[in-house]
Amino acid sequence: MIFATPIIQLLIMPLAADFEVKNINISIVDHDHSVYSQKMITKIISSGYFKLADYGTSFNSAFKQIENDKSDLVLEIPQNFEKNLVRESSEKLFIAVNAINGTKASLGGQYLSRIIADFNADVRSDWIAPQRNNTAPTLQVASSNWFNPFLNYPSFMIPGILVTLVTMVGAYMCALNIVKEKEVGTIEQINVTPIKKYHFILGKLIPFWIIGIFIFTVGLFLVARLVYGIVPLGSIPLLYAFLAIFLVSILGIGLLISTYSETQQQAMSLAFFCMMIFMLMSGLFTSVDSMPGWAQVIAKCNPVTYFIDVMRMVVLKGSGFKDIKTHFLIMTGFAVLFNGWAILNYKKTN
Amino acid sequence: MKQFISFVKKEFYHVFRDSKTLLMLFGLPIVMITLFGFALTNEIKNSKIVVCDYAKDMASQRIINQLEASTNFEIEKALLSHHEIDAAFKSGKIKLAVVFPTNFNNDLMHLNKAQIQIIADASDPNTASTLSSYVTSIINNHQMELMQNNSVPYQIIPETRMLYNPELKGSTNFVPGVMALVLMLVCVLMTSVSIVREKEKGTMEILLVSPFNPFLVIIAKALPYFVLSLLNLTIILIMSVYALGMPFNGSVLLLFAESSLFIITALAVGLLISNSTDSQQSAMLLSLMGMLIPIMMFTGFLFPLENMPMPLQVIANIVPSKWFYIIVKSIMIKGLGFSAIWKETLILVGMTTFLLIMSFRKFKIRLA
Repeated sequence: MIFATPIIQLLIMPLAADFEVKNINISIVDHDHSVYSQKMITKIISSGYFKLADYGTSFNSAFKQIENDKSDLVLEIPQNFEKNLVRESSEKLFIAVNAINGTKASLGGQYLSRIIADFNADVRSDWIAPQRNNTAPTLQVASSNWFNPFLNYPSFMIPGILVTLVTMVGAYMCALNIVKEKEVGTIEQINVTPIKKYHFILGKLIPFWIIGIFIFTVGLFLVARLVYGIVPLGSIPLLYAFLAIFLVSILGIGLLISTYSETQQQAMSLAFFCMMIFMLMSGLFTSVDSMPGWAQVIAKCNPVTYFIDVMRMVVLKGSGFKDIKTHFLIMTGFAVLFNGWAILNYKKTN
Repeated sequence: MKQFISFVKKEFYHVFRDSKTLLMLFGLPIVMITLFGFALTNEIKNSKIVVCDYAKDMASQRIINQLEASTNFEIEKALLSHHEIDAAFKSGKIKLAVVFPTNFNNDLMHLNKAQIQIIADASDPNTASTLSSYVTSIINNHQMELMQNNSVPYQIIPETRMLYNPELKGSTNFVPGVMALVLMLVCVLMTSVSIVREKEKGTMEILLVSPFNPFLVIIAKALPYFVLSLLNLTIILIMSVYALGMPFNGSVLLLFAESSLFIITALAVGLLISNSTDSQQSAMLLSLMGMLIPIMMFTGFLFPLENMPMPLQVIANIVPSKWFYIIVKSIMIKGLGFSAIWKETLILVGMTTFLLIMSFRKFKIRLA
């Protein structure tokens, strides 16, 4: 189960993790039924961002659809839309957006506004002859995306998810291991042997270190490469070097937790608590730069943040050793800190 | 009955004596609400971008001033070649580069059109597209100002109203999800571990041979966690309404009733897990590692469910927290009554009954 769970999750998670906004359900209330309103509606639906959930004549029934989660926005076209637009030279449209998901609402609203503005330009060119010389200066924006021209979201998520899974396996298993011995009572027997403290702890650490590297390898080469086609742009030995030090830090945290716990349940609770905070504050789902100052400090004390950063830089951009020098130093610091603390805390005699 | 009550009291003592577990039980929801409410956000802020101004004239300066005035990014001015931009991206120093070509002003005045280049580090596609659209919209606004003199006829003016969350706060989306996540995880984890621990230690045999009804043993084990989860729920609600300013438009009673149903569902999952495993370690592995990520993904508060491919959306229907998330949103934020959520409630009741029947059938009254 130690191997199956992370691999299944690595397979499924990137498919699910998608922040793009698409398939927005729109309900249109058309009081006008004119040529222009029909054209606008066709333009909106054919844009690919929206799915028509309902086309009706009553605002109340459209609003009920927002309440039932069948639709995300309502566009209301007033009566005499076409007539007023041509005669008075301006007309209003009413849009109501379900803003519970703030990002989805603002992006959906922006898409709709852009499509309407496009339609507006079409209407204008119907009525005004295009002038030969543009009297107004236009600014053209040429944008290019480097490293990931198709804005492929799974490529971005997979390195991060792999890190999370390695972290979880490493920390939990290691923490539970020593505590199980404490609970069962065999630790007493080990304590009366002449084995040194750090020999004992190293002995506990090394098998999980190997398991962690194994899971990382399977994840990187089997799942990432075969299923998603992600090939690291940078140097793979560099990744493994960082992984080695990272695993020592994480296992150190696991050991530390186990020295503070008496039962497996306590170790699990503490480990779960720490893992949740590490996962959320590491920049996996939301970016670290967007956090307020105090939260960024917490993120900087979190070893997972650094590994996710390194993974993303080396795999997606091909960064080299000098780009991640500081990360290496900080990670070594963490490794020494956690393991040293665990060794100091582990008492052979009670 | 007296036996049952003394059993329940014993379980409560067990829970309260373990301070580290209590830390997780109560600390975790508080920490998660704090993080989700104040630290985690889907918005992009404080990004470092570099402006390469090869033109150094009035027109480019005006646009740069507007970029600097925006609070979304921190501007650094430098003249970088494409190679240097590549190196800066690789070291993670900047996320976007805006390049103004030489003769920018001249082109604008004489040819009536000029180009601005935006180069984005798309290794993070979300940040790249958001930053690009921020910069593009600032440039478009400037464009509007340039066209101020020509009045635009045939104007369609859309008026947009944001429902339920006019300030577009991220917390309205997250908090119901955190509630579902925390309640489900804590209940499943604690119940399964608690029962399996007795099996592992061997004290389960003693309970089974006693005249005490074994089913009551199970219920007695689940009861303290039921009460604690309701307490947790209250803490989360108080924190989110007073500290995060979340709306509470519906009936409190209905919310507590639905939450009790959901807690029973989660406890039933825990029971099922405990009947299927023999050691604490595998119970923990199954409930924590096996369920944490699926629950986070398939509830729908972190990633929108509509974005997922169809097979995953079908799997999401099996996860009880997905339905609870919809129920909480409807009651808390939309302020709807039972008539709007009877379908989801029915699904939860069905799941609970199924899970309880499965776990009671699997519960071995005799050993071997």
